[in-house]
Amino acid sequence: MTTEPDVDRNADVEPTPARETSPTTLSGYLRLWWQGVKYGELGSLPIIAGLAVIVVIFGVLDDTFLTERNFTNLLLQMTYIAAIAIGVVFVLLIGEIDLSVAFVSGVGGVVMTLLLRPDDPGWPWWLAIAVALLCTTAIGFIQALVITKAGVPSFVVTLAGLLIWSGVVLILTTQASGVGTIRIQDDTVVGIANDFLSDTAGWAVGAVVVAAFAVSQLYTARTRRTGGLLAKPSVVIVLQIVGLAVVTFAAVWYANEDRGVPKVAVILGVLLVFWSFVASRTRFGRHVYAVGGSAEAARRAGIPVDRVRIAVFMISGFMAGVGGVMLASRLRSVATNTGGGNLLLLVIAAAVIGGTSLFGGVGRVISALLGALVIASIQNGMDLLGLASGTKFVITGLVLLGAVLVDAYAKRRRVARGVV
Amino acid sequence: MPEGVPATTLLPTQNMAIADTPLLECRGVSKAFGAVQALFHVDFEVRRGEVMALVGDNGAGKSTLIKSVAGIYPFDEGEVRYAGEAVHIHGPRDAAKLGIEVVYQDLALADNLDVVANMFLGRERTHNGFVLDESSMEWASRETLDSLHVMTLRSVRQIVAGLSGGQRQAVAVAKSIMWDSKLVILDEPTAALGVAQTRQVLDLVRRLAERGLGVVIISHNLHDVFESADRITVLRLGQRVALLETSETSQQEVVHAITAGTLDQVPGMFDDGAPGP
Repeated sequence: MTTEPDVDRNADVEPTPARETSPTTLSGYLRLWWQGVKYGELGSLPIIAGLAVIVVIFGVLDDTFLTERNFTNLLLQMTYIAAIAIGVVFVLLIGEIDLSVAFVSGVGGVVMTLLLRPDDPGWPWWLAIAVALLCTTAIGFIQALVITKAGVPSFVVTLAGLLIWSGVVLILTTQASGVGTIRIQDDTVVGIANDFLSDTAGWAVGAVVVAAFAVSQLYTARTRRTGGLLAKPSVVIVLQIVGLAVVTFAAVWYANEDRGVPKVAVILGVLLVFWSFVASRTRFGRHVYAVGGSAEAARRAGIPVDRVRIAVFMISGFMAGVGGVMLASRLRSVATNTGGGNLLLLVIAAAVIGGTSLFGGVGRVISALLGALVIASIQNGMDLLGLASGTKFVITGLVLLGAVLVDAYAKRRRVARGVV
Repeated sequence: MPEGVPATTLLPTQNMAIADTPLLECRGVSKAFGAVQALFHVDFEVRRGEVMALVGDNGAGKSTLIKSVAGIYPFDEGEVRYAGEAVHIHGPRDAAKLGIEVVYQDLALADNLDVVANMFLGRERTHNGFVLDESSMEWASRETLDSLHVMTLRSVRQIVAGLSGGQRQAVAVAKSIMWDSKLVILDEPTAALGVAQTRQVLDLVRRLAERGLGVVIISHNLHDVFESADRITVLRLGQRVALLETSETSQQEVVHAITAGTLDQVPGMFDDGAPGP
């Protein structure tokens, strides 16, 4: 021990270069945003750039890619991926992984389908779906219990889950049907992913979306201003509302040119809004981010870390079930390989490509949608081009790799800037 | 631990003595981990509005003392009095309820969250039990930080990962005093900081005391101790070897106490039942 140890471990790490302090003007706001980007807070930037590239490439390579027909197909292909990916986003936010989601979604689809079989037991559609979702949520709960109580990494537990639930899907389907395929004969359930809104209803939904966004933005800004706090500049709010309106109404119009807005897209929209709200505006959501950022800090702050983890895996199970129902509805049946194939790859890729960090604590629910859009576009485009399965896997893998590299690079920027 | 003295017998004397009753008073506390006697009959006290430094070489028992006060593990024997009353602290929550907050060396901040979120971590204000009341939390955070004159912080909506070491320390300290705390314990608050940032944090420590809080600062750096503390408790091999007024002592004297302070008992040379000082 000396009198002057003078440990200057980070004497040279000076405070962040003075950040813009007044985001009350449009230019100030943009400057602040750009500064954030430079420091690794990339947000949705890479994904929007990626989507633009995808649209251009496939638009040039294939005439049908940009047609109205293909646009609605794309929406249908995307929804179940996005639904399952919402759960994966939550799991990634707490710095864990759930490899079982694909087959858990399979279990959800199969359970629902079995309960719907006419007279065997011929349950009403809502009860069959409710029980299916209950099953998948319970699966998430059980897996989380093992992870938290036994202290086994989620990677291993959900890997075991992947095997177990793929087996369960196989057992259930082969027992119920010799050929291993069970058709869904309930019109409501089939309609989930195969029915479209009327043109008028489509416009109405679009209007509600824009109005709800506008009201929430203006309300937030007003309460912050009346509370004497800085709020987003009005110009930015107006631009955001106009931007959303343009995108929404363009999408509705394009879908209406074909069969209309798919019902399942509306369901997905409601789920996205709900889970975004949970993640960003509730105490539980705050705790999710805290556990992902620093489990130790969360524990010391009195946050019930294990309970948060369990709840998150239950969300993952629930959303896997929702995705499973959507997928079963779209295919009008379940089979021995339901939940198999590259579904897991696509779902986790969607969450990560959407901008959710694998390192935990960084990401937004909306990234599930953006990532699913990218993944579904690539799959759809490659299908149109008639690429071989092998090529499709390679390209999807490369896209995932690219997304992870962007994440790692952004993380490095964030570390270099501060003390992570 | 002995049973607390019934409150009724305490009251008359307590009223008279309230002004100069130490905020925290540990009398003859001991703690052993297996064969290792980490603390042996240590007396320790902090008054309101005072910065008490706790110094000593590695293994002197500084961390054990504050962790026991914070409720991480209980003392084996001895008495703890808080604001004049005998208390039993069985866990961090007990300590927090009494108004004791500890800022550990690693600060325990969630880097991915902003300053407001960190300051209210685990105690978020809500509208109806679920939805966060961001405006009210932002106001309270700003007020607390302003009252500590943490001028360098540009925005309370900054992500903590982007803050300098000194700013992070300031946020951690501000977080600890938001909850009506009366005693703040700082574990090596300047260990990882540069010169200018150390200065800021030491000023902050003084300001806490000026607010009437009791402050305990653990430090290896005697320069920092002499800059900020009113009194110095020196531990050596689990015993208190000196209690010094900063104004009446010198770094030399403190170093001497740290390295060669007279022990009442040589560790390992006494029976378990040996009488304390």
